[in-house]
Order: sequence, then C-alpha cells, then structure tokens
Amino acid sequence: MINTFWELFLSATSQGLLWSLMAIGVYLTFRILDLADMTAEGSFPLGGAIATMCLIKGINPILATLAAFVGGLIAGFVTGVLNTKLRIPSLLAGIITMTGLYSITSRVMQNAANVSLLGKDTIFTIAQNWGLSRNNAVILMGVIVVFIVIALLVIFFRTEIGLAMRATGDNIQMSAANGIKTQGMKILGYMISNGCIALSGALLAQNNGFADLNSGVGTIVIGLASIIIAEVLLRNLSIGARLLTLILGAIIYRLILALVFQMNVEPSDAKLASALVLVVCLALPNFHLPHNLKKGDKNVSSLKN
Amino acid sequence: MSQVLKIKDLHQTFEQGTVNENRVLRGINLELVAGDFVTIIGSNGAGKSTLLNSIAGTLPIKQGQIILNGNDITKLPVTRRAEKISRVFQDPKMGTAVRLTVEENLALAMKRGQKRGFRAGVKKKDRDFFKSQLAQLNLNLENRLGTEIGLLSGGQRQAITLLMATLRRPDLILLDEHTAALDPKTSITVMQLTEKLINEQNLTAFMVTHNMEDAIRYGNRLIMLHQGRVALDLTEKEKKSLTVAKLMEMFQKQVGTEVKDDAMLLA
Ligand SMILES: Nc1ncnc2c1ncn2[C@@H]1O[C@H](COP(=O)(O)OP(=O)(O)O)[C@@H](O)[C@H]1O
Ligand SMILES: [Mg+2]
Repeated sequence: MINTFWELFLSATSQGLLWSLMAIGVYLTFRILDLADMTAEGSFPLGGAIATMCLIKGINPILATLAAFVGGLIAGFVTGVLNTKLRIPSLLAGIITMTGLYSITSRVMQNAANVSLLGKDTIFTIAQNWGLSRNNAVILMGVIVVFIVIALLVIFFRTEIGLAMRATGDNIQMSAANGIKTQGMKILGYMISNGCIALSGALLAQNNGFADLNSGVGTIVIGLASIIIAEVLLRNLSIGARLLTLILGAIIYRLILALVFQMNVEPSDAKLASALVLVVCLALPNFHLPHNLKKGDKNVSSLKN
Repeated sequence: MSQVLKIKDLHQTFEQGTVNENRVLRGINLELVAGDFVTIIGSNGAGKSTLLNSIAGTLPIKQGQIILNGNDITKLPVTRRAEKISRVFQDPKMGTAVRLTVEENLALAMKRGQKRGFRAGVKKKDRDFFKSQLAQLNLNLENRLGTEIGLLSGGQRQAITLLMATLRRPDLILLDEHTAALDPKTSITVMQLTEKLINEQNLTAFMVTHNMEDAIRYGNRLIMLHQGRVALDLTEKEKKSLTVAKLMEMFQKQVGTEVKDDAMLLA
C-alpha cells in the first residue's frame, strides 16, 4: 500500500515536472500579459513532433528538444502577429494558429498520427546511462530543464524589456505612454510562452515514447488547472516564487488525476476529469481570468482583445 | 522665446457621417513657448481631454497638425511621442502598473521613450536617485521602493505618477484633471507638487482643471474651450488680476448666457 502510493507519487512528480512547463507557458500569456491564448493546444503537439522527428533522424536529444522550443517560438510569433498587427482578438488568433498548426504538425510527422520513439535515444536515456532508474532519470532531467527555464525567466523579468512586458500586461495605456512598444512586448510574450509549451510537448513525447498529433486537446485546461491549484494554495507571490509553485500545482494536478484513475475509469475519461477540476477551481471566489475572459461576463466581450 | 508646441487647425469629429456625429474640436489653433504653463478650463464635454489625447497621440488626427519642437508629429504613434511628451491622467490607476513595485514603475519612467534592452530593469545606482525623488514628495514613500504600487492610496499613486512624468524631463507635460479624483487635502498636496516640479524643471505644460481657482492660481496662461474652439486665451498679466467672478463674467460675454447653469461653474 505504502509502496504503491510512493510509486504513484514519484510518477506524478515526474509527470508534473514535465507538465509544469506547460503551466509556465500558459501563465505567461494568461497572467503576465492578460491574454487568453489557445495556441498552446497546437504548439504542444508541435513540440512533441519536432523533437521526435529530430530524434528519429539521430539528432542529439538536447538539440532535438531545443528545436522543439524554437518551433514553439515561431508558433507564438504567428499568434502574436495575428493578434497585434492584424488586430484579431487574442482568443481567436490562438484558435486560428492552433488550427493551422494541426496540418503543420501532421506534415512534420510525415502524415502519421503517431510516431514511435522505440529504441531511440532521448534526453532521458542520457540520464539513464548515468545509472539512474527510468523515473529518477525523468525527474532529474525534468528538474534541470524546469529550473533552467525558471531561472532564465526570473532574470528576464528583471531586465528593462522584462519590466516593460510585465507593465504591458498590467496597464497597457500607461505602458504606451511611457514609450513601451506594447505590440512587440505581446509578440515576444506569445513567443516565450509557446516556446515553453512546445518544450513541455517535447519532453512528454520523449517520456511517453511517441509523438501524438492529437495530444494537444485539453492541454490548456491542464495548464490552467495547475496555475489555479498553485494560486489557491499560495497567494500573492513574486514572479519567481509563483513560477516555482506552478511545479507544485502541476504535480498536485497529476496526483489528483492519478487518484481518479485508481477508480477504474477509462483513459479517455481523463479529459472529463481535467474539465471538472477546472470547473471546481473556477467556482472558487477568488480566482480571476484575463480581462477578456472575465467570469460571468454578460456582454460577451470575450472576443474584444 | 522658442516655440515648443504648435497646434494648427485641429479638428476632431466622433462618429463622423452618422446621426450621432459629434464635432468636438472645430479648429484649435495654439502656440506654446518654452516654459508656458497653460491651464485649460471648459464645461464637461468641451473637448479638453480630446485635445490632450490628440496631442499625446491616443486619438488619430484626420484634420489639423501638431508640431512639437519644429517636428510634425501629427502621424506619430503614442509610443514614438512618449520620449517628448509625458502624461498624468485623472484616474490614479491609469498612471502606474499595479503589480509592479514603486521602484519598478519609476524605472519604467526613467526609460520613457528610450530603447530598452537586457540590462537590469532597476539599476542599483538609480535607487538612491529614486529615494531622493520620493523623499521630496513628503509622503513617506522613500522607504517603500519595494512595495507594489497597487497597495498605495490614490493620492500616493498620483504623486508617483507625477514624479514619473518628470523623472526624465519631457518637452511637454499633459495633466488631465489629475487631482479631480483625490480628496481635497491630497488634491492640494498634489497640486503644489505639480507646480514645484514644473517650476524646477521649467517645463512646458498643459493642465486641464475643473477648478476655476486652480486655473487662475497656477500657470502663466489660461485657456477656455467652448464649442470646439478656444473661447478665451488669457496672458499671465491678465490672469494676475483675475477672480473667479470676473472669469465667469468674461466667459459669459464670450459664449452667451447659457453658461449660468453649466456644470463647470458648480466646481
Ligand atoms: N473616443 C471617443 N469616441 C466617441 N466620442 C468621444 C470619444 N472621446 C470623447 N468623446 C466625446 O467627445 C466629447 C468631448 O469629450 P472630452 O474631450 O472627454 O470632454 P472633456 O474632457 O472636456 O470633458 C464628449 O461628448 C464625449 O462623449
Ligand atoms: Mg476630460
């Protein structure tokens, strides 16, 4: 009994670590920039596909993972341009990119819905070669990647551009009045966000042993749920501390799912479970969404920004 | 005296071509020389904010011209005008980024209109400068550099916004009823601070106010907007001997009798 729980916990930890990058990406757009970005559901499988195809070609796992990150940057750039330059509302811009990305990811995967990584070296086999168990290898690599990402983000948000980006999400009029190029800040934010999300997709594909064209469905909900759990548990944190707690949120979310799975449900029920977790969290009184997705907004202004 | 701002035949019409067509500005012509501190009065809806928005660039201009320091800025976006023009809005929430700290907000303003890069957003050497600047507000803010702006009162935030607008010397500062949302006592503090900062740096300024006494007391020139035009333009000399009663009388002469029950005069 204790053993199974420990195993459950370890597996949730490793999974949660890899998913936390998704939560971090979603956090950047939803919270820092106050934009509802759905690109995530396209950049996640894109990241998985790019990493997988690179690995199959025998490219170094670290480079393959970085390539996925770059793919995410480009996806974010497209949404950013649609939103700012073509003035398409962010929610719609993300849906457009996500839809287009489906075809692109399919092409990356050479028209297969699934591509296996069986027998290929991944970023995790590097650590396994050091003598670690599979799960420990995932946890170690996950910790390294996530901490590098968070450290870079914390440093970035303290730079002049980083401050300008946070100000843009906070008060766009004031930012413009201070000469901040708010459109550029948004585009950059979309890029970094989707880079992180593609990175999450790349790591999870390597962990699962395959890339899946349809793996993006519902991922935004997973990201949001992790954010909400983190925010409900610990309030009013600085950005650095908040990013760290997103790891916790993602792990707890995995634990909740693992417990749900103990109840003899079908794997496909996971999405319903995700949706329900999100509903419960959103019903909590203190939770807030980006201004263009405000709770109970009767004026349907959700398509305005 | 060198000319700082020239507004040539500025028109602004909202909902043009509809039944709700609203011709707010109908040919504004103004020239400001360096050091001019112009107070602007006018009834609600006279177009005072519209005028400032046109100068700052938040409203596109279809007819007319804005020239700043000899350069035509009519078509420049807000962000490109920010280097030369700073603003303080009526709503204290508008001027600062809530989730950023006091020093982060000040650091943003230090870079107004400058290129931003990957250097530290808040620089060590700037902290002392921020502290000394905050100290002169006399609001005990000098030791709260790390406080989130959102936790401060409206008056404190407005004072900081004012400081931010002058931290990097602007060629022109626009103040739009920036004390209207404050309680009377804070309002006086912020108004005195405004005058101090403007005088110290010899700034060229536009200050919209609904308070006739303030309009007379501060600045070296007084303008009244009415029906989209400059209805009164008084010099420093004319202002010196002005009283609220006289000003109302002059206004009535200019625009007729309908002013009596005008909301502005209740202020
Ligand atoms: N962006 C806008 N769109 C449409 N009408 C506007 C806009 N801004 C101002 N107006 C209208 O223009 C008129 C002048 O407004 P404003 O310049 O704010 O007046 P004031 O600041 O003098 O009180 C008002 O009738 C207002 O409703
Ligand atoms: Mg106004």
